[in-house]
Amino acid sequence: MARTSSSSSPSSSSSITKDAQDLLRALWSAYSATPTNLKIIDLYVAFAVFTALLQVVYMALVGTFPFNSFLSGVLSCVGTAVLAVCLRIQVNKENKEFKDLAPERAFADFVLCNVVLHLVIINFLG
Amino acid sequence: MATILAKFLLLLFTISICNAVTIPTPISDSHRSAALQLFHGSSSSLEETYEALRVFEILALENKPDVSAATCQNVVENLGSSSSLKDLFYALKVNGILKCKVDRAVFQGTASRLKATVNDASTLVDIYYTIGSLVLIKDQAPNVDMLLADADGTFHSIKALSQSDGRWRYSSDNPESSTYAAGLALEALAGVISLASSEIDQSRVNTVKSDILKLFDSIQKYDDGTFYFDEKFGGGREHQGSLSTTSSVVRGVTSFAAVTSGKIDLPGDKVLGLAKFFLGIGVPGSAKDFFNQVESLALLESKRVPIPLVLSLPATVYSLSKKDQLKVTVNTVLGSAAPPLTVKLVRAFHTDAKGSAVIEGKELQYDQSRGLHVLSVFPDNVDVGTYVFVFEIVLHDSGSENDYAIGGQIHVPIYVTGIVKVSNAEIAVLDSDLGSDETQKTLDLAGTDVVSLSANHLQKSRFSFQLTTPHGRAFKPRQVLLKLRHETKYEHIFVVRNTGKKFEIILDFLGLVDKFYYLSGRYDFELTVGDAVMENSFLRPLGHLELDLPEAPEKAARLPPLPVDPYSRYGPKAEIGHLFRAPEKRPPQNVSLAFLILTLLPFIGFLVGLLRLGVNFKNFPSSAVPATYAILFQLGVAAVLLLYVLFWLKLDLFTTLKALGFLGAFLLFVGHRILSHLASTSAKLKSA
Repeated sequence: MARTSSSSSPSSSSSITKDAQDLLRALWSAYSATPTNLKIIDLYVAFAVFTALLQVVYMALVGTFPFNSFLSGVLSCVGTAVLAVCLRIQVNKENKEFKDLAPERAFADFVLCNVVLHLVIINFLG
Repeated sequence: MATILAKFLLLLFTISICNAVTIPTPISDSHRSAALQLFHGSSSSLEETYEALRVFEILALENKPDVSAATCQNVVENLGSSSSLKDLFYALKVNGILKCKVDRAVFQGTASRLKATVNDASTLVDIYYTIGSLVLIKDQAPNVDMLLADADGTFHSIKALSQSDGRWRYSSDNPESSTYAAGLALEALAGVISLASSEIDQSRVNTVKSDILKLFDSIQKYDDGTFYFDEKFGGGREHQGSLSTTSSVVRGVTSFAAVTSGKIDLPGDKVLGLAKFFLGIGVPGSAKDFFNQVESLALLESKRVPIPLVLSLPATVYSLSKKDQLKVTVNTVLGSAAPPLTVKLVRAFHTDAKGSAVIEGKELQYDQSRGLHVLSVFPDNVDVGTYVFVFEIVLHDSGSENDYAIGGQIHVPIYVTGIVKVSNAEIAVLDSDLGSDETQKTLDLAGTDVVSLSANHLQKSRFSFQLTTPHGRAFKPRQVLLKLRHETKYEHIFVVRNTGKKFEIILDFLGLVDKFYYLSGRYDFELTVGDAVMENSFLRPLGHLELDLPEAPEKAARLPPLPVDPYSRYGPKAEIGHLFRAPEKRPPQNVSLAFLILTLLPFIGFLVGLLRLGVNFKNFPSSAVPATYAILFQLGVAAVLLLYVLFWLKLDLFTTLKALGFLGAFLLFVGHRILSHLASTSAKLKSA
């Protein structure tokens, strides 16, 4: 019994990590099943969010002096991420609500909205 | 006579360089130099030539321009031809002065022509010129038969135009009467009398004399005793001013007085008033006025009327310190010698004390060498101040009193100046209630020493001094001012009042704290004492006072702005100090650049990820048209991004929006085409 108890404590800590690893592996394999175009969109969103985070860190370091520039930068990233998420929702074939919407149409909306967003962003950048 | 005249000319020269007085001065050298400037002697008009020559003759000018040759030619031409009556008249006048060589025959012919026109002349002016010309010919060509056949008739026709108030009309059909015309008429009547072959009825002459007296009733006067004639209404022909009207009357009256045997009883004060009128003009600016003035004065001196004598003073300011003497001159109007007379100083009184006289009944001594009447010494009771001296002229030959117009008492304002002694100047700072002299300092105001005092607002300051005239009396000048000036240039002026013998001022600082704007510090004293009769008026800094005043309360009035020095208005203004907001702290450039590179990392990560995902161009349309559209679409998006970069860098919103409008339309079109193509291909794939 001592052996099993002694052997169970290291395995409990390692089982937690093993469980986490298992979870991640399962997530990853499930994620790999998603179609490529969705993955592209996900990658784009991740890129936008990372850029936003970087800008926040920079602002925290040097102060908010050109505050409008900071807002403009961060909101550009956040805005384009949001539009990409919308695009992903509309393009995802498993989404029954948008079954009738052609993905090209959704893409066209995405491009148009980005154009308008970036016009406003550039104007606010100063 | 000539030496006396020369001496008087010298005296007149000295008179002319002294100050002008309100009483009229006789003709002086300034007149002579003005005459040389105004009159040139050569003029196209005979009237102007005559005026110039007559002025030169009266003033006896030495260096007049010589124009006799050209003028004589003009005269002879006019006499020979049938020129107008006015030209003929003035040609003869000029000839009377220049005495050109004219043939007796010419005179004869002119005379007979004129005699014929006498009866035809209808207007006063024509008669005047005709008769005048005849009189002049009579003087210049004595052996020409001149006498008028029907003198009575001519006399009557002139007299018919007279009015009841002594004035005359210009013609029988013009109802307006004029004083100027009266002068012309009197001269014409005098001419008729001198040309008459038989004696004119004495009663007629007497009526003309009474007309003259009636004319003198309408004379106008100023308050200072000046008399003159003026037209009441506009006047028919040209409006003659008072100078030409008066001189016309003087010409007429004197010429009439010359031809009549008895005297015309002209009141002496009116003749003197007329002289004062002419002299009061000073030096006239126009040639015609100058001629009228000088000729009238010469006629007044011509013994036909009482000769006016003018009393004048070369100076009216006398200095006691220089021991000046009172000098008076009496001349005729043209500056010639007066008959023997004495000038009496009837009375002299101070302008403030009109009742009591300082001098009474003194006679002035006549200094033969200088031609002056002199009062050698002012009596002791004439101190500094302003006086009025009253003079009277008394002729030595009492029988000739009717020959001269002297006038009554002549009032002349005189200033007597002197050095006023300033003495006993004391300045002290007193304690308010006690009144005791804390610090008393005497000051010698004649010197330059200064005092320095200090006081606070509870104390008073007292300043006193005395002013004495040269004769030892107390003197009260017009200005006695004490000025206190603070170092910030704020000034306060106080009037120092006199009590009896002393001038004293007490400054109670407690009451003045507000007036001084609560400014403590150093105040400079300055005393100003001045008067017109004080020869040593002064403005003297006395010293300074350190004044300690309490702080200004919250509600005290703000300091008024100092008067701006007028010259500083256009000078440079004070430098404006701009206050800028402190610039924000910026990070060092390296940090910013590092983060810029860091920001690009996610983008690189995105590209790498895309490659890892296996992004390819397999779905790129192969056929031509869709391919172009696809390419155009990509280019359009790139162009929009480029436009945004330009917008950030240099463009403005409106330009960008315009460009974006075009680009957007293009992009929409192209995008639609390619996306619809892609959709159709994928639909085909799906269905297939």
